[in-house]
Amino acid sequence: MNTVAQEPGQADRTAADRNAGVHDELVGRGARDGAHLFREWFAELTHAAETGEQSAYVFVMGSMVELLRTFDMHVVFPEINSLQTAVRKVSDEYLSLAEDHGYSPDVCGYVKADYALQLRGGEHPMGRIPKPTCAVLTNACNTYLKWGEIWERMYGTPVLAIDVPGSRGVLPYAALPAAERERDRVHVERQIRELIGTLEMLTGRAFDIDRLREVLDLTNRMGRSWRRLLELNRASPAVFDAMLEGTIYLGVANALRGTPEAASYFEDLVEEMEYKVAHGIGALVDAPEKHRLIFVGVPCYPIFRRFYQLFSEWGGVFVSSTYTWFASGGLDDEFEYDLTRPVESLADGVLRGVTRAVDAMLFHDKALIGAIDEFHADGVVYHPVKSCRTVSTGLADSRRAVLEQRDALCLYIESDMMDKRVVSEAQLKNRIDAFFEGLDSRRIRKSRQIEDGDPDVAAPASPGPAANGI
Amino acid sequence: MESAHESRPDGTDHVVDPLLDVALDAPLDAVLSEIGDVVEDSTFPTVRRWRERGGRVVGHFQVYFPEELAHAAGALPVKLRGGQVERREADSHFGSYICSILRTTLELGLNGDLKPDIFVTHPICDAARNLAGIWARNVDSPAQILYLPQNPNSAFAAVYLEEEYRRVLSDIEALVGHETDDNALRQSIAVFNENRRLLRELYAIKRDRPWLLPLHEAYVLVALGGLITREEHNAVLRALLPRIRTRDARNRDRMRVVFEGGFCEQPPLDLLRAIGEFCYVVDDDLLIGLRWLLDDVSVEGPPLARLADAYLDHSSYSPVQHDTRKPKERMLLERIRDSHAEAAIIAAAKMCEPGLDEQVAYAQALDEAGIPYFVTEFEEHMTGFDHLQIQLETFVENLLFA
Repeated sequence: MNTVAQEPGQADRTAADRNAGVHDELVGRGARDGAHLFREWFAELTHAAETGEQSAYVFVMGSMVELLRTFDMHVVFPEINSLQTAVRKVSDEYLSLAEDHGYSPDVCGYVKADYALQLRGGEHPMGRIPKPTCAVLTNACNTYLKWGEIWERMYGTPVLAIDVPGSRGVLPYAALPAAERERDRVHVERQIRELIGTLEMLTGRAFDIDRLREVLDLTNRMGRSWRRLLELNRASPAVFDAMLEGTIYLGVANALRGTPEAASYFEDLVEEMEYKVAHGIGALVDAPEKHRLIFVGVPCYPIFRRFYQLFSEWGGVFVSSTYTWFASGGLDDEFEYDLTRPVESLADGVLRGVTRAVDAMLFHDKALIGAIDEFHADGVVYHPVKSCRTVSTGLADSRRAVLEQRDALCLYIESDMMDKRVVSEAQLKNRIDAFFEGLDSRRIRKSRQIEDGDPDVAAPASPGPAANGI
Repeated sequence: MESAHESRPDGTDHVVDPLLDVALDAPLDAVLSEIGDVVEDSTFPTVRRWRERGGRVVGHFQVYFPEELAHAAGALPVKLRGGQVERREADSHFGSYICSILRTTLELGLNGDLKPDIFVTHPICDAARNLAGIWARNVDSPAQILYLPQNPNSAFAAVYLEEEYRRVLSDIEALVGHETDDNALRQSIAVFNENRRLLRELYAIKRDRPWLLPLHEAYVLVALGGLITREEHNAVLRALLPRIRTRDARNRDRMRVVFEGGFCEQPPLDLLRAIGEFCYVVDDDLLIGLRWLLDDVSVEGPPLARLADAYLDHSSYSPVQHDTRKPKERMLLERIRDSHAEAAIIAAAKMCEPGLDEQVAYAQALDEAGIPYFVTEFEEHMTGFDHLQIQLETFVENLLFA
């Protein structure tokens, strides 16, 4: 099925715009600007490492970056540092060093890469990472706690854990009684107020609630753009690959959350993607979009570009990725901070963001089924990784649940996000090729059944821009 | 269901209708062997008997659960610790890099041998938290997550935990069909206080005269508590501890060691037996959840608050709890010092992120303290121990003849 749906006269408009230079200015701007912002961020961290400015180590799920920005602390995301070593093909050096110090091959590669990074004095392919003044973390991932204990032992770093309760049973968190959710919010708020006191002590600065309001407002702006961005990918063709480009956008969203630069960046990105939707410009540059896919898990960073190509070569586009849900710090939620009560609202945001992230792993079968329908996906790719049990534990079971409820082809491939020793490109390719052959033959079979007038087979609905109201 | 016991005038309990079908007055070796068989029996005969009498079962996953809540409601708290079961169905619900205890625990739910009326897990690790979602999708008994605070250093942790206990208690009350009052909770706390006292006695034997109680026998005596009522467990311990103390056993020239790494997935009994052939394990963290509270819990005041305080402030340690007051490597050194051990076995279950992470910190602390140690991994389903035995024998001999 050729899913590139262009409106009458669209080609003419595209040509005209291109002549005016609009096309060249807009298309690809997000990638260029994102890379620039990322390099600047690492340059700032390098400067902080060299000058001894204060830095807080945080994690993508429940980062509380907004609070730390009010104290003018640099924020360091060890998860991003670690994955960058894999993207830049040097993670094996870091993993080997950590394993020489006793770490098992079976534990989180992010932790090991960071451990080695600390041993190497912060040396990183993107610059130099400052030592932590403190670490602020939640229990969204239990490995965050184990990770924080490393810095406690290495440097005596205060590890400030915020306990964020989550779903209690068989239903997603939002289904809990309101009184229980409010009790949880109050618990988070109380801990945030304790955290504020500790940060005042560590930085020697008084907490400025108006500054927090400003930062929260910037996150609100960014969140609106983030949600619009994800929504725009319902278009056909999808305007960005949620596994490849979505991960790059995630990096900017986390690292620069609560800054004017990030708020503007995502507004610009939305402008770019709306332009692409309007002009039918898809994520695939040289080929039409053939298969709309959903990605579940964490990408295979040791062969990141090649991993993407294994799908794009078949015309596969990831229209959605659970990574852009659970690792976005709640930006995918229709929530905005209430600036009239910033601390209370921050607690609400942290609670909602973390529980949403955890639910995206505990109950992602439900969310996936919704996404299959919304994005008109015809395949789901599960990528559990050795390194991350938070993300990977429920995937095999979720796949069974999805298969029972939707007529979508599912692919289950295991590798890792850091450790290339467990990434077999040949095996991955065999599985992925077979997956696409299955998708192709299913499509041919369906087309024939439609041609033959089989009443049980409905013609596929085109999820074009107009149809989705995008 | 009423607990099958009656109180004596001296405050102790007499079990009138035991779940454990073992003659406690038989020769001690035979009694302990039979208890071992019960602990390893994957059909869970004691739990089956409880059910046959109309009792309800609260299955709680590792590490700690306030069993007093289930007990006070008249349900049987059963510790879910995986087991020696064939994984016929569960493997297809997990990927490759997941520990065995999750798989076997789900298998127990799927095949019905130990399907509890309610399943409670805790976010002790990222895999265990996900188990609730998997359980909920596949097993037709309710699943719950109890949030034990990972920020125990907050001034509000106790208040929050008390509320969590109240929430879980209300689920159990719904299960049994009646409410539970503070007096029932206080009585349960008293029963468990007695149990904790007896377990401390058992560990004192291990520490002071380890030749009287090999590692695997001590283990099955503790594990039994997770399968029968605590009144009955108390009665078993009261009957057997005096006999163990007067046992005819010779003190051999063996190294005194601490075994660390048994807080969640359990090593197979044969592995513990093999370790016991080379050294005296004078302390350990096996089934630490059953011994998590170190002192008596006060029966004065609001019982749920007292239990919450005890969890936070009078408790042991494990790799799955972050508490700045209890750095785990320091706690291990204290365990070694208090038990007068000469060395440590630092074990971890395969694929266990918290356990494997902690091994590094333990090893560094032991290196700094100059305490010899032996690092190993295990899996509940492992069957061959030759390699481990050779390694352990070499380790011990190196130290003995150094």
